[in-house]
Amino acid sequence: MRDKIKILAGAAIFLAVALFPLWYVRTTGKASIVPEPRLVNAGKECVNAKEYMREYHMTMLNEWRDEVVREGRRSPIVIAGVEYQKSLSDACMKCHANKSDFCDVCHNYLGVSPTCWDCHNSPKEPKHEIR
Amino acid sequence: MFEKALSGSRRYWTLVFILLALVGAGFFFYLRQLSDGLSITGMGRDVSWGFYISQFTFLVGVAASAVMVVLPYYLHDFRAFGKITILGEFLAISAVSMCVLFIFVDMGQPFRIFNVFLHPSPNSMMFWDTVVLIGYLLLNLFIGWATLGAERKGVAPPAWSRPLIYISIPWAVSIHTVTAFLYAGIPGRHLWLTAIMAARFLASAFASGPALLILLCMIVRRYTRFDPGREPIQALGKIVAYAMTINVFFIALEFFTAYYSGIPSHSHSLEYLFFGLEGHGSLAPFMWTSMGLAALALTLLINPSTRHNERWLATGAAAVFFSTWLDKGLGLVVGGFIPSPFESITEYSPTVPELMISLGVWAIGFLILTLLYKITVAVREEA
Amino acid sequence: MKYDKNYELSRREFIRKAALLGLSVGGSKTLMEVVFGDDILAASTDENPATVRWAMVVDMTKCSRREDCSDCMAACHRTHNVPAISNRRHEIKWIWREPFVNAFPELKEGRLRKDLYGAGFIVLCNHCDNPPCVRVCPTRATWRRQDGIVMMDMHRCIGCRYCMAACPYGSRSFNWMDPRKILDEKAINQDYPTRTKGVVEKCDFCAERIDRGMLPVCVEACKEKALVFGNLSDAGSPVSGLLAGRFAIRRKPELGTRPEVYYIV
Ligand code: HEC
Ligand code: HEC
Ligand code: HEC
Repeated sequence: MRDKIKILAGAAIFLAVALFPLWYVRTTGKASIVPEPRLVNAGKECVNAKEYMREYHMTMLNEWRDEVVREGRRSPIVIAGVEYQKSLSDACMKCHANKSDFCDVCHNYLGVSPTCWDCHNSPKEPKHEIR
Repeated sequence: MFEKALSGSRRYWTLVFILLALVGAGFFFYLRQLSDGLSITGMGRDVSWGFYISQFTFLVGVAASAVMVVLPYYLHDFRAFGKITILGEFLAISAVSMCVLFIFVDMGQPFRIFNVFLHPSPNSMMFWDTVVLIGYLLLNLFIGWATLGAERKGVAPPAWSRPLIYISIPWAVSIHTVTAFLYAGIPGRHLWLTAIMAARFLASAFASGPALLILLCMIVRRYTRFDPGREPIQALGKIVAYAMTINVFFIALEFFTAYYSGIPSHSHSLEYLFFGLEGHGSLAPFMWTSMGLAALALTLLINPSTRHNERWLATGAAAVFFSTWLDKGLGLVVGGFIPSPFESITEYSPTVPELMISLGVWAIGFLILTLLYKITVAVREEA
Repeated sequence: MKYDKNYELSRREFIRKAALLGLSVGGSKTLMEVVFGDDILAASTDENPATVRWAMVVDMTKCSRREDCSDCMAACHRTHNVPAISNRRHEIKWIWREPFVNAFPELKEGRLRKDLYGAGFIVLCNHCDNPPCVRVCPTRATWRRQDGIVMMDMHRCIGCRYCMAACPYGSRSFNWMDPRKILDEKAINQDYPTRTKGVVEKCDFCAERIDRGMLPVCVEACKEKALVFGNLSDAGSPVSGLLAGRFAIRRKPELGTRPEVYYIV
């Protein structure tokens, strides 16, 4: 194994490059861009606690979807005295009408692109630049 | 063993690169289909399955190449097939891979394919077809690889391969049966609603699979130092002759029932396919070509003097292959959709992107076949 | 990892549970139910009369039949964001008009009452009691609800189009392309999703309205009151009343699909 050193060096460089995001965040203490979903006129409460929403909104949406489409359970939900339909466009987007500043900010950061908007309508937003 | 596919003559690499180029071309058009949707094909609301599903249906039949050599060899101890069982199994692997790919390229939402397993629906024949096809693919992969590996080491195949081989025989019957059930259980598509559909599928499969295998054996003999020998090829010729005779007989049965009963809806599709309906008959030339080839094949294969002559045998096998391809790989699926449930006629012809994607899938199949045969031949040449 | 002595136990527990589950499946479901799907079997037995069975009666004696009257179709297609595609092959339709002899091809032999020739009949999904489309769907993206509505789950549909091959009524449409390319952006009904390329769609009796106690939008839109919707299991419902007194036909009843759209001719 004459090439041992070369191989080890190569592997080390590869690891250093591949793990760049990890050690960069470790050493500098923060990632370069942190998503800041902006709340606009959303009121005080969400469907559930903020932490819960942050982590489980996709699961919740899937549950709503199955309840509504597959089980026909369309009874509305009540948040702070106001009725909302179990619906993407009729609940989430009523409060979070600024999709590009809210949903998209997180999702772009994470690199997820929910296909929901291929079909579900999102509110018209004034066009503005992406930061 | 796989390293054997990585060294080869110039001719081998030329073939591999031509196939790769076709795969690339098909992939290019597939990307277009992904972005533009299936509107780039010739299908539509009346003929909602076209070339892709036809190819799938035909190729399920080609996969029968395996069982038609495995069965005589293992159940009847027909020694002559010993040398070519592996060729039959590898052809089956390639054919089933193409089947899976043709289903895949036909889907409107390919990224959701796992829904078939996430929400299994035993009431759907499509679900069962997925199960039996994937099972058949795995069976042949394991069996083929194990027997070839054993052969290379000069030992008997591992004991576990035996039960798999026995399972693979009824399993092969199941893939044709279930694929036929895709069609045969649908109310309102009279061309398909026939109890002998599964029997027809078996007959045409047992004809087209071994027919292609005959041609492949001859090609292998011609271009490599591995000779499958005259006897197995002749035996395959006999199998094809019987199967094709039965296949043509079954087609005749369909005609009898459709026309003698006089029920209009039962003869509409046949009428369209062979004679044209209300001035539409774009498939008729293909269907008659298929029938002509079938007649030619039967003449050449039933007559012992022509069958014993390898030239004529090859011609007959090619005729069987193309005859069943036209009949099953075009007429059967498309014909079922014409006339539509409203008894109006929308004709179908594949588009260039559709044909290119199909060609790409065929190229993938032949690439798999080429690699597997290359490995086999290299192992045999060593021995 | 530390060896967990509970491991053995929990594995045994798992096996026991799995066996119990297997037994309960084996015990409570017959083979038929497993193979054909219990909801489908339930749907195809008459011993299980649901309390709600939605159905529609199309009273062709009232329908204006005028080519320029398209109230029902326009209302439906507007509400559900169904694009108007000019290429006939790629058309998407939930409710539309077909000549009588095409809607009822088995009746076209011989002489018909004169007004039936050329008459455009309103056709839509028949919401069969024994739907072949449901039987063939490999993902249960289409299924029959307890109240008889044959639903579509556009989220689950893989676009294999087996249901289109199986439907003997030509009621299903496939999105051969992205419908948003054709829809007029300003005219999109924001309250109902559009679809995307590669899924199958069809009339769902306006499940989204029925579940909220409203009538299907086509029924509401028809000025001639030719479309009547109601609960067949309720003897007092308008559909039951109409069918008790008038002769009505259904499309291709001989196929055993038990369509639930009736036509008074
Ligand atoms: C192929 C188009 C399509 C896609 C993609 C799609 N939906 Fe839907 N969705 C629909 C349709 C159609 C309905 C039925 C609306 C009804 O019946 O009221 C619906 C209903 C729903 C509902 C309940 C009612 C409503 O109007 O919101 C939820 C919740 C939902 N979808 C969530 C999602 C989520 C989350 C995604 C993405 C992960 C998604 N959908 C992607 C078409 C789609
Ligand atoms: C009644 C208005 C309302 C509705 C409806 C609503 N939200 Fe919220 N949402 C809020 C408010 C207000 C907050 C901030 C809560 C807080 O700060 O405690 C919030 C917070 C969130 C957060 C966390 C944001 C963060 O900064 O971490 C997510 C994610 C979220 N919502 C998603 C959704 C989704 C998905 C839906 C639809 C299922 C939805 N919301 C429906 C008002 C609403
Ligand atoms: C606080 C950040 C944040 C906000 C704000 C947010 N999301 Fe998400 N979203 C996520 C994360 C994290 C995931 C999970 C990604 C994963 O699992 O890979 C996700 C996933 C989803 C998914 C599932 C995607 C998939 O491909 O399965 C849907 C649907 C979704 N979000 C909808 C919404 C909607 C609608 C809004 C705005 C109302 C929203 N989200 C706002 C963080 C956010």
